[in-house]
Amino acid sequence: MSTVIYAATTTRILRQLRADHRTVAMIVFVPSLLMALLYFMYRDTPPGFDGRTLFDSIAITMLGILPFVVMFLVTSIAMQRERTSGTLERLLTTPLTKFDLLAGYGSAFSVAAIVQAGIACAVSFWLLGVTSAGPVAWVLVVAVLVAVLGVSLGLLCSAFARTEFQAVQFMPVIVIPQFLLCGLLVARDDLPDWLRWISNVLPLSYAVEALQEISTHPGTTAVMVRDLLVVAAFAVAALALGAATLRRRTP
Amino acid sequence: MSSTPAVDVSSLHVHRGLHKALDDVSLQVPAGSITGLLGPSGCGKTTLMRSVVGTQIIESGTVTVLGEPAGSRGLRRRVGYVTQAPSVYTDLTVTENVAYYAALYGRDRAAVADTIAAVGLAGHAGNTADALSGGQLGRVSLACSLVGDPELLVLDEPTVGLDPVLRAELWEHFRALAARGVTLLVSSHVMDEADHCDALVLLRDGRLVAQLTPRELRDRTGEERLEDAFLHLIRGDAAGTETEETR
Repeated sequence: MSTVIYAATTTRILRQLRADHRTVAMIVFVPSLLMALLYFMYRDTPPGFDGRTLFDSIAITMLGILPFVVMFLVTSIAMQRERTSGTLERLLTTPLTKFDLLAGYGSAFSVAAIVQAGIACAVSFWLLGVTSAGPVAWVLVVAVLVAVLGVSLGLLCSAFARTEFQAVQFMPVIVIPQFLLCGLLVARDDLPDWLRWISNVLPLSYAVEALQEISTHPGTTAVMVRDLLVVAAFAVAALALGAATLRRRTP
Repeated sequence: MSSTPAVDVSSLHVHRGLHKALDDVSLQVPAGSITGLLGPSGCGKTTLMRSVVGTQIIESGTVTVLGEPAGSRGLRRRVGYVTQAPSVYTDLTVTENVAYYAALYGRDRAAVADTIAAVGLAGHAGNTADALSGGQLGRVSLACSLVGDPELLVLDEPTVGLDPVLRAELWEHFRALAARGVTLLVSSHVMDEADHCDALVLLRDGRLVAQLTPRELRDRTGEERLEDAFLHLIRGDAAGTETEETR
């Protein structure tokens, strides 16, 4: 690991991202627009018995899910492009290490994720009137962490796709089951046992649980801290597996 | 100039899928000179080059580069590899591409401008790579390796698809590098490029046909055109195998 090489790689990836104005616009604005869509969808639904509107609880969960989905897609395709264009093979003949490259991708897209989550939170809490018992800063922390999880899973999945076309197909395989089982559509306690067990090994479930804790508890809870650690552990594990799939020597 | 070869390949066997890509290939690349790796498409040139830079899984045999096993960590700073398809970030400018590789090799900003000028792209330094022609893109790819100031430069078909003027310029550039002591291993499937090389390695169907100088090739075959000489050598070789089989 070399600081110069890591920094140069991060800068290079950010430059590539910046050069692609449409992708920048989508990363920055799509989650906020979807939050606005949700706001209007639920505007006329009556509040629940605890006084919270349906939009409140869904919105805060979506603040965790949207960065995950967007960053997973962006990263898996960007890394796939590096593999198919021949630049990866060439990079691996230079002094760059696998860790420099993965950390560079992770850092660059995390910067994008922080911007995205920041704007989505600002829009949700200030413009759309989402409320949370816990501090907004914690929501932002979860959103960024989940985005990093999306980045590392995206890097890992790119190893199993031969083309960019296949990389996109990983989205229904990896992302949608997590979305369905994370507790947003059906509370996890109400799932059949076997589905709850599956839900228990999916990282997004923990992110959503953490967000629900934040939205209903004013302080930091043990469950919240545990959930955040679980999500972080998943992200690190996916990055380590991703590193294992990068081989200097290929057949 | 030292007498130890820059690259020493011994009994190299490589399989790609079920196909025998290299079959018992042994050769030496002399230091500080241009060695041409020639043969028809699909004869194993790229596989041999990938073995030299250490990205190819090999079956058996040894590849020693600048005194170390191919692909060693220490060699990554000393060996430059230019792939056949330009491996360049097309969404970045020429300068950004070359500057990235300069950072990887630990070179400074001055080296970036010098290298871009050396490949004749000073006027395009600020252009994004996807606005360049195929030939220009190839030269950006070359600059990305040159900026590391490698001792050994491995170039996979660098002149393919270039117009004659550019081709001549590139060969002059390679010659200047060799004069500075850089070792070059250059592949081509066009035999008339062989005259630019000090030594030739001829490959066919994954096997070494011959390793000799252009002059030796002419003398041995009695052909003036290197294209004809290569064909002569291959047909002689094929005839040899046939008689062996019929025996």
